[in-house]
Amino acid sequence: MIRFTWMQFRVQALVALSGLAIIAIVLGLTGPNLVHLYDTSGITTCGARGDCSAIANGLLSHDRLLQDLGTVLLVVPALIGLFWGAPLVTREFETGTFRLVWTQGITRTHWMAIKLTIVGLASVAVAGLLSLMVTWWSSPLDRANPNQFSELFAERGIVAIGYAAFAFALGVTVGLLIRRTIPAMATTLVAYVIVRLGVTKLRPHFQVPITLHEKLATTAQGVVENVPGPGAATPPHLGDWVLSSNVLDASGQPFNPTKLNCSVLVTPGGTTPSPSSAASACLPRIREYSAGLRQVITYQPSNRYWTFQGYETAIFIGLALVLAGFCFWWIRRRLA
Amino acid sequence: MIEFQLDTASGVATYLQLVQQVHQALQLGILEPGDRLPTAAQVVAKLAINPNTVLKAYRDLEREGLVRPRPGQGTFVVGTLPRSDPAAQQRFLASMTAWLSKARAAGLGPDDIEAIYRTAVRDEFTEGVA
Amino acid sequence: MTAVIETNGLGKQYGRKRALQDCTLSIPDGKVVGLVGPNGAGKTTLLQLAVGLLAPTTGSITVLGGHPGDGPAQLARVGFVAQDTPTYAGLTVTQHLRMGAYLNKNWDRDLAESRIHQLDVDPRQKAGSLSGGQRAQLALTLAVARRPELLILDEPVASLDPLARREFLQSLMEIVAKDAVSVILSSHLIADLERVCDYLVILVGSHVQLSGEVSDLLASHWRLSGPRRDPASLPSNQHVIEESHTDKQSTLLIRTDQPIGDPAWSVKPVTLDDLVLAYLSNPHRPAPVRQPHLGVVR
Repeated sequence: MIRFTWMQFRVQALVALSGLAIIAIVLGLTGPNLVHLYDTSGITTCGARGDCSAIANGLLSHDRLLQDLGTVLLVVPALIGLFWGAPLVTREFETGTFRLVWTQGITRTHWMAIKLTIVGLASVAVAGLLSLMVTWWSSPLDRANPNQFSELFAERGIVAIGYAAFAFALGVTVGLLIRRTIPAMATTLVAYVIVRLGVTKLRPHFQVPITLHEKLATTAQGVVENVPGPGAATPPHLGDWVLSSNVLDASGQPFNPTKLNCSVLVTPGGTTPSPSSAASACLPRIREYSAGLRQVITYQPSNRYWTFQGYETAIFIGLALVLAGFCFWWIRRRLA
Repeated sequence: MIEFQLDTASGVATYLQLVQQVHQALQLGILEPGDRLPTAAQVVAKLAINPNTVLKAYRDLEREGLVRPRPGQGTFVVGTLPRSDPAAQQRFLASMTAWLSKARAAGLGPDDIEAIYRTAVRDEFTEGVA
Repeated sequence: MTAVIETNGLGKQYGRKRALQDCTLSIPDGKVVGLVGPNGAGKTTLLQLAVGLLAPTTGSITVLGGHPGDGPAQLARVGFVAQDTPTYAGLTVTQHLRMGAYLNKNWDRDLAESRIHQLDVDPRQKAGSLSGGQRAQLALTLAVARRPELLILDEPVASLDPLARREFLQSLMEIVAKDAVSVILSSHLIADLERVCDYLVILVGSHVQLSGEVSDLLASHWRLSGPRRDPASLPSNQHVIEESHTDKQSTLLIRTDQPIGDPAWSVKPVTLDDLVLAYLSNPHRPAPVRQPHLGVVR
């Protein structure tokens, strides 16, 4: 059965290998150049000069097209679900060959087990190789602009392996239930997107984020800056994933100066002389309001990045295994 | 080697047609003692009939003492049929002609005579319950 | 006599639609069985129940003493050719044979290759570009080279031209002669039945109408013609299958196992084709009674 699966899968495997090869060649040709650019940009010593963001922007604007390469890791798992998962069983139903292959000398569950394993492993391997290539190639860009945790989470690391395993198992399950290729592909796509979006919404809560309260105060020069509260956690740096950042007043409400009903222009910590004397009653209230302001930041520190990658990958692989189990159970029921 | 034919329109059972063709072949000298009959597989590969039909015909022939199977080698002709005696044929032709004149005089036409003939042949030569 | 297929009150229902009802059969081994009936009568349903592609809704079925589709050992004993002889259009003939070798323990490679060679088919050709007759022969090869004890064929010749049909039957009969497999062959065509089948099952409207050995059936069905008569006046051991009357004459097709004594009747034997046609055009619902030779009680 393993050899037969390979016989049926050959063409699809070839397509995947060609695609990987093309991507590998393109990345291989452009990667070293990117590393060279990074090394000569002076970004490693930018801290002292204070021109970090300028250099980073210069690096990132170098080749817009290839930068979005990471999106291939978003698309490929879905393609695997659509073209390797959904047609696995639907093609047999549509051509009637299930009446041939399920009356050979192997049981349906054996057939399903080998098909799921071989093509599933191939899916995972493709996603894994792609992840490796993209992560390697992007590392100079990521060092310059470390937003893997915040924006590029799905396009780096190992999560694509989980996505691919899940998309494949989902495609096979949908194909088993719907039995027609095109509707199965459409349904797989919709279901995949829904689940991915759902887990993405869940991601901030994988671990309790760090919450930071910082008072806002005005320096003598009139500059507003954050003053760390007592027993404060460290504020977020570059590479941390900031989940929310809000200015709240003393009662916990969002910053809203119109509540004070003062017709002066108010900036926190600063005042502007008001024309009328009634307004002079505002000033103390303004000062009191300003003194109570604080900034509340929630974030996930960057040292949790790999833990989160692990959680998300595990979730999707777990879902894939559940779906695979369902496929086994379903196929034991006799079908026409 | 004898080659069997099948006449699907004749109304005669298949196995019987095979038996009759062996009889005819023996009478005409196409088959002689020591000749091998085709195997069931060879017969059905050409005629597309059930092999049991061939086996039934060969068993009937064996019962008549005309053939005998040799395990692993095939079915072989062992007997002969008396060549029909020309004198006997003449005698029966004469009595048949006489009978036909009488039937015609009684008002029977060729179709009636044909029906009577077929019924009589069937009853005389086939097995069956009626 | 061991039975290749035994069913007891077997039924299959899809929602409201009853594809097969009250099917009780005991089909002996060593036969070429014809399963005859119009389209939609339940033939495909019965055969797919026998190979485990379907599960019964009511009743039971055993094939060669085992439960259909249960494990590789049972699967190996039954060869199946489905309607329209499905093959993998993108795989070559050789690849199909390799599939047979990969998926079957008892694969007879020499038999498979010699059959393909005899068929004069280019083994490198893709199955999708074969003619209907060639595909049917390929499907038959795949089933036969597994060396099963029972071959089940669902309308294998329905869509073939007369030459391809004849060649298919020649191949099939040769296989039966050489390997002593039991065969169950379903068809909605009744030509070729008498030369090929020695056991018959007639299925109309999801019910079994008749089942038995062809020789028994031919010995027990007769066409009676004579002066106009009410069928109810016949002796009780004579069951009328088909009747037609003019003002002066009656013609009846009856089933009986007793001699017909009434001299008023002209009694003629019935060909298998006529017998089958009579049952197909006069279906009824028999009570589910098991009989060793004739499976129908009116």
